[in-house]
Amino acid sequence: MSTAAETAHPAVPRREGRDRARQQRRAVTSAPWILLAPFLALFALTFIFPIIAAVGSSFTKVTRSGLFGETGVHSGFAGFENYARALGDGSFVASIGRVLLFGMVQVPVMIALCTVLALLLESASAKWPGFFRAAYFMPYGVPGVIATILWSFLYVPGLSPLVDAAGSVGLTVNFLGPDTVLWSIANIVTWSYTGYNMLIVIAQLKAIPSEVYEAARVDGAGPFRVAWTIQLPLIRPALVLTTVFSIIGTLQLFAEAQVLQTVAPAVNSQYTPNLSAYTTAFAYNDYNVAAAQAVLIALAAFILSFTFLRFTNRKSS
Amino acid sequence: MTAATPTLSQPQNIAEKPPVTRRRRPDSTTILVTGLLVVAALYFLVPVYWVVVAATKTSGDLFATNGFLFAPHFVLWDNLANVLAYGDGIFVRWFLNSILYAGVGAVAATYFAAAGGYALAKYNFRGNSFIFGLILGGVLVPGTATALPLFLFFSQLGIANTYWSVLLPSLVSPFGLFLCRVYAQATVDPALLEAARIDGAGELRIFHSVGLRVLTPALVTVFLFQLVGIWNNYFLPLVMLSDSKLFPITVGLNNWLSQADRLPEFYQLTTGGVLLSVIPLAIAMIVLQRFWRGGLTEGAVK
Repeated sequence: MSTAAETAHPAVPRREGRDRARQQRRAVTSAPWILLAPFLALFALTFIFPIIAAVGSSFTKVTRSGLFGETGVHSGFAGFENYARALGDGSFVASIGRVLLFGMVQVPVMIALCTVLALLLESASAKWPGFFRAAYFMPYGVPGVIATILWSFLYVPGLSPLVDAAGSVGLTVNFLGPDTVLWSIANIVTWSYTGYNMLIVIAQLKAIPSEVYEAARVDGAGPFRVAWTIQLPLIRPALVLTTVFSIIGTLQLFAEAQVLQTVAPAVNSQYTPNLSAYTTAFAYNDYNVAAAQAVLIALAAFILSFTFLRFTNRKSS
Repeated sequence: MTAATPTLSQPQNIAEKPPVTRRRRPDSTTILVTGLLVVAALYFLVPVYWVVVAATKTSGDLFATNGFLFAPHFVLWDNLANVLAYGDGIFVRWFLNSILYAGVGAVAATYFAAAGGYALAKYNFRGNSFIFGLILGGVLVPGTATALPLFLFFSQLGIANTYWSVLLPSLVSPFGLFLCRVYAQATVDPALLEAARIDGAGELRIFHSVGLRVLTPALVTVFLFQLVGIWNNYFLPLVMLSDSKLFPITVGLNNWLSQADRLPEFYQLTTGGVLLSVIPLAIAMIVLQRFWRGGLTEGAVK
C-alpha cells in the first residue's frame, strides 16, 4: 500500500513507480477511446454516414440516356435543383404548413394538459395518484401505429360508438373529413404523449425542496398561488425540454397519417412532410428529391428547436 | 403520496420531505380534483376499453351493436385463436420479432451508451467536447431523416430486408449516452476510480466493476427508453423490410388493417391483434412506471 501511495504521488518518484505511472497514463489515454469505439462506430454508420449521404444525394442529379435508360446512367452535380423541385412542389410545401399549424395548436395544448395533470397529481388533494399516474402513462407504451388503429376504430362511421352517440342526439360528426382529420390526428398524438411528458414534469416537481413550500405556506399562499408563483417557474426547464422534443416529434409525423390513409380519403400520400418524402422515394423512386426533402425536414427541426431555445433563454435572462 | 420518498435514482436529492399533513374528511377541493383526474383517466382508458369489448364480438356484431357494450355472442377466445392461427401463426412471429428487435437492441444500446457516456464524463482527452457536441446533435436529428439514406446504403451492402437492417440502427442511442454522461458526472466519484487504479485495476475493469454499478439507475432509464423506442418504431422497419416474416408487430398489424376495407374479416383479426399486443405493454408500463419517474429527473433537470 505504501508503494502504491508513492506512485500516486509524483513528487517522490521511484524508478519502478515512475514506469508504472507512465503505463497507467498510457492506459488512461487509450481507455476512453476503447470505451467509445463501439458507440462511435455505430453512430458513424447510422447517423453521420446517412446524413452525409443524404446531403450528398440531395445535390446530385441522375440522368438516364436512351429511351428506357438502357444506354447508361449518369450522375452529376445538381446544385440546388432538387431543393427547388422539393420547394416547388405545392403539396410538400402545404404539408409543412399543415404540420406547423398542427404544432402551434397541439404542442401548447398537450404541454398545458400535462402540466395541469402533474400539478393536480402532486397536490395534496389528489386521491389514488399512483393509479391515475399509471393510467395516464399507459398510452406511451402503445406504438403510434397501434394507437392510430385504435382511434381509427373510434373515428370510422358504423364502427365508432362516438359517432353513433352523437348521431342519436342529432349531431353529425365526421372525424375523418378534410377539415377535421388533422385534429383527429392531434388527438391521437396528445393521447399518446401527454402521460410521458407529465412524468417529466412530475420528476421536476419532486425536485423542488420542501422548504420552498414551507415558506410559501408561512406567507399564507393558497394552492393556486403556489402553483403559479413557485411551481410553474421552477418546472420551466422540464417544460422547455418537453416542448423541444414535441416540436421535433411534430415535424416527424408519419405513422398516424400513413395509417389513417386507409380509412380517411382526406389524408393523401403527401399529408405530412415525412409521408411526402417517403412517397417521393418509394412511390416515385426519386431518391434525390426525397433526400432534399429529408434534409429540409431536419433543418426545419433544428431551426425551430434553436429558435424556441433562444426565445426562452432571452425571456428568462 | 405527495410526500413519497425520493426514488433511488435521485442522488443529489434533498433530504426526506416532511409528511404533508392531510385532513381526514374529503373536502370539496378533493372531490373536484379527483373528479378532474377521473375524467382524464376515462379519456386515456376508453380506446383500450373499446378494443377489449370489440375483441369479444363477431364480425356482424362489431358493426351492428354499440361499441361500448358487450354483445350477446361472446367470441373472444375464437377471435384470439384466429389471430394466433392466421397465416401459419404469423402474428406470433411478429410478436417474437418485436421482442428480438427491442430486447437485443435495448440491452446492447444501453451498454454502448454507458461505456461512451462514462468515457466522456470521466476522462479528459483531446476531442472530448467535440465528440460530445457531435453526439448531442444526433439527439436532435429526426430518426426518419436518416432512414432513407440508410436504406439505400444497406441495399448496396445487401443487408436491407434482413434482421440486421432494423437491429443495427437500434443499437445507437445518442440520448442514452447524453443521460449516462450527465449521470456519471454527478455520481461517479473520481476518488473511487483513483482508489481502484491504485489497487492496480485496469481501466476497462474499473468501468465494468465500479462505473456500471454506480450508473445502474441511469442504465434502467436508458434501457426503458430504448426498449419502448424500438418497440414503437414504425418508419425504420417499414422502410427496411419487405419480407412479412421479418416484420415487427407494428408493421404487421397495419398490414392487416390495410386489407380490412376489402376483406372485413381483417377487422376482427386487427382488433384481436391490437388487444394481444396492448395488454402486455400496458402491464409493463404500469409495473415499470416507478423506474421512469426516478431516472427521468437527470435528463430533465440538468
